Amino acid sequence: MSAGHWRGATALVDTKRIAKFGALYAAEYRIRNMLKWWQAIVAFGIGNPLLYLTSIGIGVGSLIDKNTNGAGPDGVKYLAFIAPALLATAALQGTMEEVTFPVVHGFDWRKVFFAMHAAGLTGKQVAQGVMISAITRSVFTVSVYWAILWAFDAFDSLSALWLIPIEIFFGACFACVMMAVSAYMKEDDGWFAIIGRFVIAPMFLFSGTFYALSTLPLTIRWVGWISPLWHATEIGRYFSYDHPISVTMLLVHFGYMTLLGIAGLLVANRKFALRLAA
Amino acid sequence: MPRLAVVPNPENQTQMIVAQNLTKVYGDFTAVAGIDFSVAKGESFGLLGPNGAGKSTTMRMITATLQRSGGDLTILDKDPDKFGPEIRAHLGVVPQADNLDTELKVHENLYIYGRYFGLSRKYLTKKIDELLAFAQLEDKRNSKVDQLSGGMKRRLTIARALVNEPEVLLLDEPTTGLDPQARHVLWDRLFRLKEQGVTLVITTHYMDEAEQLCDRLIVMDQGKIMAQGSPASLIAEYSSPEVVEVRFGSDRNVAVAEKISHIGDRMDVLPDRILIYAQDGEAALAEIIALGQHPVTSLVRRSSLEDVFLRLTGRTLVD
Repeated sequence: MSAGHWRGATALVDTKRIAKFGALYAAEYRIRNMLKWWQAIVAFGIGNPLLYLTSIGIGVGSLIDKNTNGAGPDGVKYLAFIAPALLATAALQGTMEEVTFPVVHGFDWRKVFFAMHAAGLTGKQVAQGVMISAITRSVFTVSVYWAILWAFDAFDSLSALWLIPIEIFFGACFACVMMAVSAYMKEDDGWFAIIGRFVIAPMFLFSGTFYALSTLPLTIRWVGWISPLWHATEIGRYFSYDHPISVTMLLVHFGYMTLLGIAGLLVANRKFALRLAA
Repeated sequence: MPRLAVVPNPENQTQMIVAQNLTKVYGDFTAVAGIDFSVAKGESFGLLGPNGAGKSTTMRMITATLQRSGGDLTILDKDPDKFGPEIRAHLGVVPQADNLDTELKVHENLYIYGRYFGLSRKYLTKKIDELLAFAQLEDKRNSKVDQLSGGMKRRLTIARALVNEPEVLLLDEPTTGLDPQARHVLWDRLFRLKEQGVTLVITTHYMDEAEQLCDRLIVMDQGKIMAQGSPASLIAEYSSPEVVEVRFGSDRNVAVAEKISHIGDRMDVLPDRILIYAQDGEAALAEIIALGQHPVTSLVRRSSLEDVFLRLTGRTLVD
């Protein structure tokens, strides 16, 4: 390295560019890091739907369809009924994975977020970068899952294509909340396991994934109402096989998830900035 | 104690960092208690002091990553409270703990750090070769970070901090935890940067490091500046040219000290040894022996910043 080549950062670095594209630079890092695990991401992205569809969609589904003459919950075959729910679950879980442990990794395990901050990125840009990378993974996960569902004949109409952008959006909204939660964690300390068992698992079980929510007693049904997965599933079913939903409820589903997303992102932005400057 | 005036640094030089009455308070604890200093372009400036002196807190404020509680601070002519990201983009920072990504390879760590500054792939391709050569890590280009030794990781972190050709390179305890050989390799690399005119700010609790690398430094203790100047001027002002270290055994040191107290300019009695500050160390040692006092071990050395710190605080740097 010789002095003759030394231009100096003032000449070399365009701070306006960083202000404009900083979130993309943070996302580039996360995606590069994610690609180190691409085999696991691909295997999970393909294996997960194959296992679920074979065991529940075909296995449990054939039993239910036999007893209902193909007119199970909502009057459609069981595979068609659970397909939007499984897709929504994959979207929410896949996006969540990229905003939980990676956030602890960034703040505590390797402190790479502090390196980004020292280079001129703001806390908000780092948070947005994490979210962009999570959505990037979600695009892959949801698209692959959708294609496999299509191959299993889970959709009757091409309007089901709407499920891809919608579930990616809902997954991102949910991930914003989880990113905010993760930003408060000083270290894992088993919190993610607790959240998995007492938040994610109940959400999966009580959101009308495998049966219509209306079959649950009212004392438990509220779990579904507040669950992002139920809102994502209801919308999915509407676009998948004309599951009846009023315009009001359509607005409620989109509005609820959008509000969750905005609130989560605002909290995450603030917490990222505070932790990086503490 | 009144605040010390800013010691003039090279005249007619652009001031890269100017701190006046810089303060950082955490609740009831004052980490940095109103310090004044400035760093000129091309200067190698040090913050010397023991652990907990406030060096790293000061460092975090001048890297624009920690807000000050009071006082004035300008970095590259800008207020970090208002222009933090812009300032940080023009600095190079080597933190005390490496924050390299262990899942990325050596060259990828350099590449991705360059991308945070928005630097192009074309620029980075060439720059990475240059930086790997500078850090003597060419043969580790495709290694994982975990495969590097401690010294190699520090060199990689320094190389990474140079990717944007920073206006000021700030290093927080750059050689802590490294073995002597690794420290000397690192010093050599930093000295080359200094020769090239790169402005350096270094915190350290190693006086030999400060003497090797710093044109000028401040000695900090308990959040305050105890003294500032060049290593040579500090030694000249607060110590004598030479020091005699004599050991008579911990149970005899105090008794012997009374008998030889007239020798040299000044004396410090430590639990394990007696330090005699003198103009001529060998002559002072001869005088001690002439008095019939034969030390178990003796050492004549030139005065160091450790002696300055001992004089200023009554403690050694490792206390």
